[in-house]
Amino acid sequence: MAQVLDILSWIFILGGVVFCLIGGYGLLKLKDVYARLHAASLIDTLGVGLVFTGLMFQAGLTLVTAKLLLILVFIFFTSPTATYALARAAINHDVLPEVETDEERELVSSTKTQTGAD
Amino acid sequence: MIFAAAAAGVVVTMLLALVRALIGPNIYNRILAVNVFGTLSVMLIAIYGFVDGRPEFLDLAIVYALINFIGTIAITKYVTFSDMGHGDDGDPAGDI
Repeated sequence: MAQVLDILSWIFILGGVVFCLIGGYGLLKLKDVYARLHAASLIDTLGVGLVFTGLMFQAGLTLVTAKLLLILVFIFFTSPTATYALARAAINHDVLPEVETDEERELVSSTKTQTGAD
Repeated sequence: MIFAAAAAGVVVTMLLALVRALIGPNIYNRILAVNVFGTLSVMLIAIYGFVDGRPEFLDLAIVYALINFIGTIAITKYVTFSDMGHGDDGDPAGDI
């Protein structure tokens, strides 16, 4: 039983680290700040979620698991808030996303008026 | 062993985030990279607690998670309004 839990936790931890590396790669590779927000949220959700779930399997039913769960829930709530605040600050300061078609360009200008930028 | 491998992967990702924070190109990319760096350091502290057999390190991880969020919101707000309070009169963006 302990062996099964160990293997399960290793799978979760390594999966989470792989998602972290993918997110870090995306942070360098993607071309504007709005696209990079997606890479960052990959780390905040799947990366943290899988790694901490794996650590919970290692810790068993103890106070450690409760603390891990507390951090996990906290990051799950705060990370979208921080992402939203950052995207809003960027679009209000005339940092426009890189677009390719006219249709997308119209969408950008309409979004900008909705958020109340000058 | 597995924890050391996980910690190494997290450190590599932290370096990637640090590169993004250094090359910018604008303040929002830097804030984003620092936010990611903070989240990864929470993860690194939690993993290191298990490497060392001292899960008490999780208390530090909780504090880092709190400071990371407050710091990101505060810096974003300061950059947006040049002020920690409400925006100037007539600023349609209001409060974040």
